[in-house]
Amino acid sequence: MADLRDLYQEVILEHSKQPRNYRELGDANHRAEGYNPLCGDHFTVYLKMDGERIQDVSFQGSGCAISKASASMMTQSVKGKTLAEAEKIFERFHKLVTGAGHNGDQEELGKLAVFSGVSEFPVRVKCATLAWHTLHAALEGKQDTISTE
Amino acid sequence: MTIAPNTYTDFGPPSPAAAHAGYDVQRVRRDFPILAQKVHGKPLVYLDNAATTQKPQRVLDAIIRYYNEENANVHRGVHLLSERATEAYERARGIAQRFLNAARPEEIIFVRGTTEAINLVAQTYGRHNVVAGDEIIITAMEHHSNIVPWQMLCQEKGARLRVVPINDRGELILEEYEKLLGPKTKLVAVGHVSNALGTINPVRRIVELAHQQGVPVLVDGAQAAPRLKVDVRGLDADFYAFSGHKIYGPTGIGVLYGKTSLLDAMPPYQGGGDMISSVSFEKTLYNKLPHKFEAGTPHMEGAIGLGAALEYVNRLGIENITAHEQDVLVYATERVSAVPGARLIGTAREKTGVLSFVLEPIHPHDIGTILDQEGIAIRTGHHCAQPVMRRFGVPATARASFGLYNTREEVDALVRGLNKVREVFA
Repeated sequence: MADLRDLYQEVILEHSKQPRNYRELGDANHRAEGYNPLCGDHFTVYLKMDGERIQDVSFQGSGCAISKASASMMTQSVKGKTLAEAEKIFERFHKLVTGAGHNGDQEELGKLAVFSGVSEFPVRVKCATLAWHTLHAALEGKQDTISTE
Repeated sequence: MTIAPNTYTDFGPPSPAAAHAGYDVQRVRRDFPILAQKVHGKPLVYLDNAATTQKPQRVLDAIIRYYNEENANVHRGVHLLSERATEAYERARGIAQRFLNAARPEEIIFVRGTTEAINLVAQTYGRHNVVAGDEIIITAMEHHSNIVPWQMLCQEKGARLRVVPINDRGELILEEYEKLLGPKTKLVAVGHVSNALGTINPVRRIVELAHQQGVPVLVDGAQAAPRLKVDVRGLDADFYAFSGHKIYGPTGIGVLYGKTSLLDAMPPYQGGGDMISSVSFEKTLYNKLPHKFEAGTPHMEGAIGLGAALEYVNRLGIENITAHEQDVLVYATERVSAVPGARLIGTAREKTGVLSFVLEPIHPHDIGTILDQEGIAIRTGHHCAQPVMRRFGVPATARASFGLYNTREEVDALVRGLNKVREVFA
């Protein structure tokens, strides 16, 4: 049986209550909206790109603990990274939460490894990845609201 | 597996549960094999009945019996099995007719469910009668299935969708409805019971006001039929729709009731077999009611399963079910309201079946996951009623919805589960 504490780890609960980089980015040059129609989660991700590098990143919106904590920790993990590096992290993160990852990936993901419990709760994968999909859309410059459905 | 004796006998002898004032819910529960299982190691507490209900053994037996003994295509063959299948299918129509107190069996159209019933009316009655500048009235608490078909129609015809607002309790504001009704109104479409709020709408009054202006009314009975005595002639509803799977029957089958005079004047919905009386390349003559609206081989197994489900409900007594669910709802309202942080969404004075709530600041999706680990199935989300969520300023709610087999003990389990949720988020 999956353990709730594997899903709702302290770090996740803490980020969901006090999300980091939770603000509108005034000088953002990329932004995208993400929406999960199943549960109503809705986030906007703001990016300030300096060439290939993510100079600053923030988000706003509402959602469950998993989606909010994921968005919060995402902003911390990709700030200062290049576009290619951010995409690489997303790829590893996606494998982690869908249970397709390897132990080596967890080490490379650092703090984000706390989301490994999500793989035991398949219906929550979309919550954990919503902000990441939105970031991806912002990086690609898509203007439409992206949807997990 | 044993096959139940003929389960098609309409209004058979009342079961002891119905004959006595006491409703024996433990005995009722034994009729539903699925309820005995454990989920995540905990006894299943199924509180998602507004989404779909579980099926009693009788319904399952009726379907198996149909395939074992009667299966053939209906309204076609001269052979014995086709006769039996036709008889079983048409008997189910008769059961549905009496269940709704419709005047005639041909006023019962079998459809896939409430959604298809509403689309049928929008695409036939609606397209035939609505022109540019006309108005269709719905309410602010409708399910998406009683919004979108009318939006599509309005878009096509250049008509306007008008929405009756609701108050903070989640009740219709009837004075506003009266103001909206007028010479431009071509149809009123209203839910009998709100799936997101549990509100029971004053349908009799709504119909009366519409009829004073000569406007027909469609009633979405998806949540009402399983919980309340429905009398379409008493309500004087012009159309009434409900789904089999929400009333302990199979999925993929539902009923559209329509008054003969309206159905007769409406063009067919879909073309094909069974809905015609003669076909040539020059001209096709349509079949009479109800077959005009049932193109193709129908969902025979579904109709027969639905008939068995309605008989099951009749045997328990719909009044007994109403009273039992009311007891559970009142108890749940009291217990859940007392949980710190809980806020009920939908506090209408006339309510049934549904308890929608938020447990601030915890998101409903997190509540749903944690309750699931306790074996408790509830719905979280917008319940296909996003305008209702916006009206109450929440992105989603948690919703416990009750059926004829739920108990006060299950409400206690829900409350224990909610306290567990609060612990996790403490």
